[in-house]
Amino acid sequence: MSYDRRFPDTVTGPFEGPPIRFTDKAGREIEIRAHDESEREYEAIASMYDEFDPADRAQGIPPSDERRIREWLENILSGECLNVVAWDGDRAAGHATLVPDNDDYELAIFVLQAYQEAGIGTRLMKGLLGYGAESGVETVWLTVERWNQPAVGLYKKIGFEISDSESFEMEMAIRIGDGADESG
Amino acid sequence: MRILVGVGASDGSLRALEQTVERAVEAGDELTVAIIEDDSPDRSTDEIESRVEAALDSGTVDAEVRHVDDEPGSELVTIAESEGFDRIVLSGGTTSPMGKIKIGSIAEFVLLNSHVSVTLIR
Repeated sequence: MSYDRRFPDTVTGPFEGPPIRFTDKAGREIEIRAHDESEREYEAIASMYDEFDPADRAQGIPPSDERRIREWLENILSGECLNVVAWDGDRAAGHATLVPDNDDYELAIFVLQAYQEAGIGTRLMKGLLGYGAESGVETVWLTVERWNQPAVGLYKKIGFEISDSESFEMEMAIRIGDGADESG
Repeated sequence: MRILVGVGASDGSLRALEQTVERAVEAGDELTVAIIEDDSPDRSTDEIESRVEAALDSGTVDAEVRHVDDEPGSELVTIAESEGFDRIVLSGGTTSPMGKIKIGSIAEFVLLNSHVSVTLIR
């Protein structure tokens, strides 16, 4: 079903793109990098989703068995999709992705349970939006379960506005570019 | 069982019908198809009708075909409740570009309002 999605008129940002290095609230050295499409990174991301707590799934993703996880990752880790990963050494701690949807992009972010509430999600989101803006992305939307207040709060803090609150999942949207830099 | 299956323009909707027909053949369900007219650009009502006929023929099932238009969700619930249906079947859950499952407004209305059991086909 397609319809005209509403986005804020004003541009939010700029956001700093990856690489971003920081120490999280648990004292771990975390590095956020754009996914390099290597086999090694792919396997690390797949391992993260194998470990993922099913209770933190959102609208059926990540899928819960390995075969479906890999099918899903084949779609979002390639082609026109933009992906950033938060690394704790060789271990993927979080992953955020922008998937093309006509002229817009749909966003999703997942942080492994052991790395939640450590400030990684906020930086991962900002890193992805920075990477998106650098890559020419202008409008981004996401859906979130309305009861998931921690996530809604995070998205609002970053600059997302509620664009549709009439269905099961709440939809939020942000504008990160205004088309002024088409030549770049 | 008396089954009311709602069919719109989407591919998922037609797959849901095909599965329901298969099941009806096995279980001896009595089927009524409600074609949802929602001015979708995907398929015209005529196209949906011919797809429905083809699905019914493939299972050699005889089913009444009718139409719901103004408020499809509300009409489906009214028909099911007032005419003694046992179950409403809908395609339930398209996916976003990301792969997130989404429930459309018709399925949502039916789920929240129907006193008759509802099956969402994925």
